[in-house]
Amino acid sequence: MITKEEVEHVGWLARIDISDDESYAYAQKLNSVLDYFGQLDEVDTEDVPPTYHVADIVNVFREDKVQDSMPQEEVLANTEHKHDGNFKAPRII
Amino acid sequence: MAAWTDISGIRQKIADSSAEEVTASYIDIIGKSKINGFTTLWDEAINVARDIDANSHDGPLAGVPIAIKENISTKGISTTCSSKILQGYVPPYDAHVIERLKEAGAVILGKTNMDEFAMGTSTESSYYGPTLNPWDPSRVPGGSSGGSAAVVAAGEAPVSLGSDTGGSVRCPAAFCGTVGLKPTYGCISRYGLISYANSLEQIGPLATNVADIAAIMEVVAGHDPRDSTSINKENTYIDALAEGVEGMRIGVPEEYLSHGIDEKVEKLVWDSIHTFEDLGASYENVSLPHTRYALAAYYIIAMSEASSNLARFDGTRYGFCAEGDNWHLMASKTRAEGFGAEVKRRILLGTYALSAGYQDKYYLKALKVRTLVKQDFERALANVDVLMGPTMPTPAFRIGEKIGDPLSLYMSDVNTVPINLAGVPSISVPCGFADNMPVGLQITGTHFDEKTIMKAAYNFEQNTEHHKKRPPEVA
Repeated sequence: MITKEEVEHVGWLARIDISDDESYAYAQKLNSVLDYFGQLDEVDTEDVPPTYHVADIVNVFREDKVQDSMPQEEVLANTEHKHDGNFKAPRII
Repeated sequence: MAAWTDISGIRQKIADSSAEEVTASYIDIIGKSKINGFTTLWDEAINVARDIDANSHDGPLAGVPIAIKENISTKGISTTCSSKILQGYVPPYDAHVIERLKEAGAVILGKTNMDEFAMGTSTESSYYGPTLNPWDPSRVPGGSSGGSAAVVAAGEAPVSLGSDTGGSVRCPAAFCGTVGLKPTYGCISRYGLISYANSLEQIGPLATNVADIAAIMEVVAGHDPRDSTSINKENTYIDALAEGVEGMRIGVPEEYLSHGIDEKVEKLVWDSIHTFEDLGASYENVSLPHTRYALAAYYIIAMSEASSNLARFDGTRYGFCAEGDNWHLMASKTRAEGFGAEVKRRILLGTYALSAGYQDKYYLKALKVRTLVKQDFERALANVDVLMGPTMPTPAFRIGEKIGDPLSLYMSDVNTVPINLAGVPSISVPCGFADNMPVGLQITGTHFDEKTIMKAAYNFEQNTEHHKKRPPEVA
């Protein structure tokens, strides 16, 4: 069971602001899904390796070569928050 | 409604008149649309068509209009994943598939509606409101590529691109009566596809017929070093359609015809399999025993990957941005106001499944079950050439019917998600009507054997009439 407090903690980890009222509703809906996920406990996976992806490839490398990059003004075109060619964000600490 | 709804008809029409006239005609049809399938029309489309005429472009898709899902990056055209958080975002580059389409001469008409960040089965969670099913506007078109399927069914575009993470091309194709292909994982570059669950998703085409699917695949499939999961492998699409299905061995997974399936849908699937028998194929019952666990494993993996992939939407570089005294408050408010309810639920569940103390119980367990699901397919497909069953267990449900109950919505993906876990190719083709709504037959094959499933789909289509029916308002 996920509690209201855990919902708030997960909200903080995910950087999603959750109000006091909302956390009750989230806890309910999240618990019904987590209950459903619990059925995986029935499956014996003792010696089964995990599958992270299905493509039959490992360690794809490319040559370490300098290539043209996107012009700075195009990269910054989607925000008003910029300064001297950088993204500008509120202070972090 | 245009009389030329397939690529060969369009090419003939262009030869007789012009690409400009064809594009203008589609823009005119879209202008009268009542289904909310397009979110953005590209104002350059008509100029691109004019250039194709002026330069006598001879690419394989010269002058062919195409609609593109909202989550595929198009340089200079708004790409928002149908989310408030990406409002105003205009990509500075084209996805790999868009570069390929442009080189081939295709004309991008605009962007199509989807469930927010592709998280859904109904296209109801879009910030732009739901897309309506052209066969019955009180019903959903399926999802998440609902706009891409609905515009093709309604004759507003001859072909489109969607993306399929757990059925998001095949489900709307089935609900709207179009053809839709989810290629093998690694077959089409995901460069420029905005990631939701990157180990599961592939871009896939939708069209009114199988030959057009093949024509689009010839252009968009192939290796691209910018996507490290893109695989360099020769594959044929158009040539695959030349052969018949005599001697083809069909496996019918019993789990796809068990609980929750609509009786009329089940009958249509068996009728289809008997059609294949008449064409010289044979069938046998097979079992994919871990199917009942695939849905839970799929959702844990998809949500976990989503919680990581969607971390980039923090209000700093693009899209919607809320005010906040420090970065954490700004980002938390931006994400609370910018994401819709289902996206937030999935990010929260994914974050929880990956958090300390729960990772082994949920995420790692799901990855192990994924191995078992994949082995089910390897075992079954060792003895048969293709697997067949219903794409969706029911015809399209009504708008509002399931959106309030996430779990019941997830359940409708029961036949489509195992295929993404295994990474195998799968196509949905129209196989009849239940209660006047289209039903899709799902044909699945082994990795990089698009040839066999497309051959099966094409032979079925050539011997049935289902795909020729048009929705009442556009007939």
